[in-house]
Amino acid sequence: MQDMTYTRRETLVIGAGGIALLAVTPAMASAVEEAVAAFTGGAAVTDGGVEITAPEIAENGNVVPIEVSAPGAEEIMVLATGNPSPPVCSVSFGPGSASQRLSTRIRLARTQDVLAMARMSDGSFVQATRAVKVTIGGCGG
Amino acid sequence: MADVKPRVKIPSSASAGEAFTVKTLISHPMESGLRKDADGNAIPRRIINRFTCEFNGANVLDMELHGAVSANPYIEFEAQIDAAGEFTFTWYDDDGSVYTTTNAIDLA
Repeated sequence: MQDMTYTRRETLVIGAGGIALLAVTPAMASAVEEAVAAFTGGAAVTDGGVEITAPEIAENGNVVPIEVSAPGAEEIMVLATGNPSPPVCSVSFGPGSASQRLSTRIRLARTQDVLAMARMSDGSFVQATRAVKVTIGGCGG
Repeated sequence: MADVKPRVKIPSSASAGEAFTVKTLISHPMESGLRKDADGNAIPRRIINRFTCEFNGANVLDMELHGAVSANPYIEFEAQIDAAGEFTFTWYDDDGSVYTTTNAIDLA
């Protein structure tokens, strides 16, 4: 009898989690779209031209080392598409920089795609995504 | 804030046009504003929201940071010089503090 209660509770918890996930996803997707729209101003974006280096599996979502590189870029924006607040950073390169490359450490709340988008010197936009599996999510909570 | 300490690593000299790596780290909690304390109250956001690097007054890198950058933000990039001079690194805190450090570099 106790076993049954446990199973039922577990089922309920899983069900509630699923509903919560469904409710949250559209909101996050629109936050990503907003950030992209603010960056590109509605311009077309092509794939490729940006390289993201990140671990395939991040054990600790609080500290995920990433590197973005986009030769010829003026500005690169990084978004964590599955975070409650997707913007990670945006970086613009001046004449004193030797390459359009940046390494940093970011927080990922859960397994998700990291999106990097670059504005090239000719005004076009390119993007790349990279999936990162997160074992323990960052961002507290 | 006594707990905020910027660190920068650059070579002491570089030849003109040679790319070299600049590593920066600042000890900072980067409190995202999404966390709650033990009583369930939201902990107010306090992050480094902007980082800049200049060489002799010319922009090298200008970076906008959000809550998804890890605590103790580490930033690594490549720079080049055509004359001896000074790098100025500046971090802007949400609480209005500005942390600056300078590093001189010679032409090899």
